[in-house]
Amino acid sequence: MKIILKHLTKIFPNRTKNKPDVIAVNDFDFEIPDGQLVGLLGPSGCGKSTLLNLISGLLEPTTGQIYFGDDDVTKLSPENRGVGMVFQNYALYPHLTARQNIVFPLENLKGKDKLTKEQLNEKAEEAARLVQIENLLERKPSEMSGGQQQRVAIARAIVKKPRVLLLDEPLSNLDARLRLQTREEIRRIQRETAITTIFVTHDQEEAMSISDFIIVMKDGIINQIGKPQDIYDDPVNLFVAKFLGTPQINVFAGEVKNGKIYIGEQAVMKIKGVEDQKVHIAIRPEGFIPEARGPLTCQLQAVEVTGRDTSIVSTNPAFDGAAIRSIISSDIKIPADQKEVHFSIKPHKIHLFSVADEKRIYFETEG
Amino acid sequence: MNIEFEKMERQLRRRQRIKKVLTYGLLVIWAICVIFPFYWMILTSFKSYGSYTSEYVPKFFTLSPTIENYIEVFTAVPFARYLLNTLIFAVLTTGGMLLVIILAAFAFSKLDFKGNNLVFTILLSLMMIPNELVVITNFVTITNWNMRNTFLGLILPSITSIFYIYLLKENFSQVPDEIYSAAKVDGTSDLKFLFKVLIPICRPTIVTVVILKVIECWNSYVWPRLITDQQSYFLVSNGIQEIRENGFGRENIPAMMAAVVVISLPLMILFLAFHKKIMEGVARGGTKG
Amino acid sequence: MVSRKYKGWLYLIPALIFIILFLIYPLIDVFVYSFEEGYNSASQTYFGVGWYNYSYVLHDPYFLQAVRNTFILVAITVPLSTGFALLISLCLNSITKLKEWFQTIYFLPYVTNTLAVGLVFMVLFKKTAYSEGLINLLLNAVGLSSVDFISGPYWAKMLVLCVYTIWVVLPFKVLILTSALASVNQDYYNAAKVDGTSPWRIFTRITLPMISPMIFYLVITGFIGAFKAYSDAVALFGVDLNAAGMNTIVGYVYDMLYGNGGGYPSYASAAAIILFAIVLSITCINLLVSKKHVHY
Repeated sequence: MKIILKHLTKIFPNRTKNKPDVIAVNDFDFEIPDGQLVGLLGPSGCGKSTLLNLISGLLEPTTGQIYFGDDDVTKLSPENRGVGMVFQNYALYPHLTARQNIVFPLENLKGKDKLTKEQLNEKAEEAARLVQIENLLERKPSEMSGGQQQRVAIARAIVKKPRVLLLDEPLSNLDARLRLQTREEIRRIQRETAITTIFVTHDQEEAMSISDFIIVMKDGIINQIGKPQDIYDDPVNLFVAKFLGTPQINVFAGEVKNGKIYIGEQAVMKIKGVEDQKVHIAIRPEGFIPEARGPLTCQLQAVEVTGRDTSIVSTNPAFDGAAIRSIISSDIKIPADQKEVHFSIKPHKIHLFSVADEKRIYFETEG
Repeated sequence: MNIEFEKMERQLRRRQRIKKVLTYGLLVIWAICVIFPFYWMILTSFKSYGSYTSEYVPKFFTLSPTIENYIEVFTAVPFARYLLNTLIFAVLTTGGMLLVIILAAFAFSKLDFKGNNLVFTILLSLMMIPNELVVITNFVTITNWNMRNTFLGLILPSITSIFYIYLLKENFSQVPDEIYSAAKVDGTSDLKFLFKVLIPICRPTIVTVVILKVIECWNSYVWPRLITDQQSYFLVSNGIQEIRENGFGRENIPAMMAAVVVISLPLMILFLAFHKKIMEGVARGGTKG
Repeated sequence: MVSRKYKGWLYLIPALIFIILFLIYPLIDVFVYSFEEGYNSASQTYFGVGWYNYSYVLHDPYFLQAVRNTFILVAITVPLSTGFALLISLCLNSITKLKEWFQTIYFLPYVTNTLAVGLVFMVLFKKTAYSEGLINLLLNAVGLSSVDFISGPYWAKMLVLCVYTIWVVLPFKVLILTSALASVNQDYYNAAKVDGTSPWRIFTRITLPMISPMIFYLVITGFIGAFKAYSDAVALFGVDLNAAGMNTIVGYVYDMLYGNGGGYPSYASAAAIILFAIVLSITCINLLVSKKHVHY
């Protein structure tokens, strides 16, 4: 089922006077194609959970419409929308067993949709099999680990074959190892059921790793929609560039002068098609190549070895943060007692952003 | 040096022992003070009228227990009627109250509507109003409605309790809102959510409320006294008062004590069965009445 | 979707109906009654509006007697019961063996029918034709002469009333204080012990400040409860409290409303409002004092 949002806006009126209303979702207008796994990414408080609650019907939009396929569901209350939802703390009914939890949504069906006991159990077991908790069905939530509760919550959300599956920060309460495992699981379940799925996260790695699509939000505004790799490679503004990727992108204060990019006094690259101006220069960690004659000179602080690759920590007066992080192949050896390190920059790993509005400035490389 | 130390230790230990004896002594004395009236009423209720009145120095035991007093309680006055009335009163009042306060607590805790907080704050401030202030008009109201000497008249004014709404609302609020959202998304109606999810989760508190309310009903005296003057509608408290004033034709203290035992027994049993729950509930901020 | 905004009210309707009918309306009405002079409950008419009802009540010797009784009762029972409850709770808290047993026993009076157990107290204190009563016999045993506590001198009756009141209110106070004491973090005590603090200093400097909010809560509710004393007195001295000289303010209100010589809702209202004013001012004083002294 594809989801279409038309000029969707949600404004929370501010209770205290003299403070502006909060626009949690500002004029959202896009379409999510059928059967996709969409990651809704943004820092906390950016309105992503609000958007999820609008789609589920738990909140009413201030203006705008929501369509599931061709149906306008804007005015439908959540119980009539046919969505499945997994909450951050799972929201399992604590007094019911896993089986009773999973069956619960099915018991709400009335009239001709009403299921017999056998059908209920069959469906519950089918859902349990999908999330691999068949052996836990008789346990209560308090007798299960966080990861197991998470699976029950997913089973409960998909058991009635919802038109749309919504996941609100589904991994944030799990420990690091389980998080990795569970996100693969979510990917697999989504593939198998082919339900259009939206999941909210503030963890860019999580979003990148399993989404077909990412929507990057900030302050109630969509910054960019696209495939994970596309957004990473081609961010439209400084916020998106900084938000995606670990280690974070390295941002320098610099300028474009006479067809060259300057970091401080050092001209690091020749470009075309950009007027002379002050710019933010952002370089991905993997965009640095240590070369003895490289144009960018930095003061070496530390060399951190992980085995698979090496990360070089260095400083530069024009750099905005604490330390520049660059990741290089472990084949290249940098002596840690060296005072300076010289880099040349991969052209497609460097992005320029306007100082005025932090929008991307596109350029062509020479040659 | 060492001897000095040993001496101090010994002194300390002796002092601790004295303290312990005093502590337990006080506790035991007060325990006797608490239990003695109960013992006395049970003891007296098994003494015959003759033997009770002949004891100038009351005996602390009886060798010839008799149940004649209990027979008298149920034959000389309609005591079974009082018990039944009180039972009906307690069951109907508690049942009615449960329905009303559960709905209200649900609205306050889980439903989002304009004025929610305002109304709740107003209700909380009404908790300060003493019963004595409103009982006058309620008495007139019930009289005007011709409901004196009816169960409705007895029950209606005590159907709501803001305090219990508050207690239940606090408990309902502890159930995460996400569970309510989950139920909504699952297609659950509000009523089904209330009865299938919220009430089962909060059952301990509801049980506590029920027990406290039943105790309150069983002991209520002032309102029933105002509203009933026919014996057939008396509750146990009024019954016992009636016995105190008019007795059994003569001042028959053993029979009176038998009546007291009959009244107290149900509550004693309830208390012994649920003492943890009751004490917990009261400790959470219950006051008597 | 529109209904969502109003659904909450739907669930509130039953509660609100009862609250408005039996709490808010009466609250307003009681003031109206108290100012209607010469109200006749049969014809529901009155002569005029004014302060006459208050003046009548304030000049009624029975009311003044009731106020005196109530104030004496409050002045004696509130400090005594709170102090005694504190002592018992401290003892309870210092033991481990049998603690739960004692706690359960101590709570017993809370769940009893005040009226019924009051009769037992009456029997214990009463002097009858055939016996002096148990308490009097105890007094005789220590060389004191017997007193008729139930229908004898005023102070004897007041004593019984105070004893019974304390017996009735103690369970609640002991329960609250024991749980307050138990919830004080043990680390404070350990820290104090390591510092070599004396037990008395530990009590006044750590225990008391830590549980002071609960003590003040008990004092406030104790005042409110004691001012509303009534059924204890009825249990001990019978329905006609005026005749026994042991009436309380609440008893006066009910007597005015109904009972011997009743049927004066206006006088009852005026008396109830005077009671409310007294309780309210004492509570306010309590709150002011507690603001100064409670350490939280």
